[in-house]
Amino acid sequence: MSGIFSALFGALDPLCGPIGIFSLFGSNSLIACGDAGWGDEIAFGVLVTITLAVATVPVGLFIGFLIALAAQSKDKTLRLAAGIYTTIFRGLPELLTLFIIYYGMQIGLQAVLAWFNYEGRVEINAFLAGMIALAVVFSSYSSEVLLSAFRAIPHGQYEAGEALGLSRWRTLRLIVLPQLIRIALPGLTNLWLILLKDTSYVSVIGLADIVRQTGIAARVSKEAFFFYFIACLLYLALAVISSFGLRYVERWARRSEVRR
Amino acid sequence: MSFVTELIPPRPAPAATKQGLTVARIAGISVLALWALLAAGLVLTVINGWNQDKFLRYGPRYLHGLWTTISLVGISVVLGAALSVPIAFARMSKNRVAGAIAYAYVYVFRSTPLLAQLFLIYYGLGSFKPQLESVGLWWFFRDAWYCGLLSFVLNTAAYQAEILRGAIESVPRGQHEGAAALGISKSIAFRKIILPQALIVALRPYGNEIILMIKGSAVVAIVTVYDLMGETRYAFSRTFDYQTYLWAAIFYLAIVEVLRHVWAFLEARLTRHLKR
Repeated sequence: MSGIFSALFGALDPLCGPIGIFSLFGSNSLIACGDAGWGDEIAFGVLVTITLAVATVPVGLFIGFLIALAAQSKDKTLRLAAGIYTTIFRGLPELLTLFIIYYGMQIGLQAVLAWFNYEGRVEINAFLAGMIALAVVFSSYSSEVLLSAFRAIPHGQYEAGEALGLSRWRTLRLIVLPQLIRIALPGLTNLWLILLKDTSYVSVIGLADIVRQTGIAARVSKEAFFFYFIACLLYLALAVISSFGLRYVERWARRSEVRR
Repeated sequence: MSFVTELIPPRPAPAATKQGLTVARIAGISVLALWALLAAGLVLTVINGWNQDKFLRYGPRYLHGLWTTISLVGISVVLGAALSVPIAFARMSKNRVAGAIAYAYVYVFRSTPLLAQLFLIYYGLGSFKPQLESVGLWWFFRDAWYCGLLSFVLNTAAYQAEILRGAIESVPRGQHEGAAALGISKSIAFRKIILPQALIVALRPYGNEIILMIKGSAVVAIVTVYDLMGETRYAFSRTFDYQTYLWAAIFYLAIVEVLRHVWAFLEARLTRHLKR
């Protein structure tokens, strides 16, 4: 069964499949798939970039939602704590956040292990570090988007929920959240496109994403312009595809609104 | 049949019940404690790892890197603003071809990462050395600083063109019509009526763009420019001292916060005639 599926996915592979873009250039070109060209390596890079971005979004959104809840809470200490978080991570360059988390995790883990009398070298998974760094940045931006969406929901909605005897959690889930998604979606769409571009930074800590793979190909084949041009085209294609997808999501979110 | 014969005498509102230890407060205090702990840890690492030698060696380098970052961003924002004007006007023009070209430019530069653009210019164009030498442009593309500048200018011009276009289009049509009714020529109406209103709208997005550029400018460190990030990486590669990154974080946070407050002040000052 799984053989059929993998064969199906192989056939529909948009880059290296039988009708893939890289395969159309023939088996002797620089971007051919297989041993002759760099097509399959670059296709793997595309996969890593997409996986990283897709894996970051739920984590970042969840943290961002919690931060937004904290930032609009009645309690002063909680608001201050959330404010510090967003100020720091919106002010730091993404690259620096990535380095701080990557090396910080490494040094921190080393210190903890040294405490347990383990003196080996630890290597942090670049994917994990990249995901955490991007999620932290994404969450601090998305918390601002979600916060302004929270403020756009009138107070009467909460009062109506209370009047209906709903608990606070059910008010949030059944009344506030559906409206929140609709209001916040355009902002979150922007953040997704920014995230997709920010994933390019993980190439610096050695994760095999689009930029890293095309960079290796450029260095080995000495065709730097060609390969970096392909990298730009791939990012462009991802942006175009996701803007089509997001248009569909936005239409889905507005399905209950009156059509004018 | 019964009815009320006397009203309840007026009473003061019940005293507000003092909120005790709620979940929110506990969470807030614990997170704040965590921040305080992190700050204390930061101060402790700086004090414990204090090294006069390192400070004297890398301190001036950091300041130099700071200057590189600021000058790079400053120049590219100014040049980008100049380049963004024709793009914004092409985007708004009735000429379909010019509009399409400007739209394509903006779309491409906004949806590809700055890192890939920088690599394309520095490594990609750098591989055309003979051709560039014959045109006499090799001195430009040989230098990482110039390549960084070029990619920043091209990148920020795309963003600034959109900011400018949005701001100009946000001025209501009635303002154009009013100027026409007063017999003011189009160019003067644009300069004295449309632009001042548009630039107030554009003020905040411009501030955001400058902050984004300062954060984005860290990528030039990867192509061997010694900006703030580059000096940090240099210092880290020499000392393996985690502090180097913390110092960079402090510098970047300081720049961004200063800029943010300056911009808030500017906006408050420039829009004081709009306050009611």
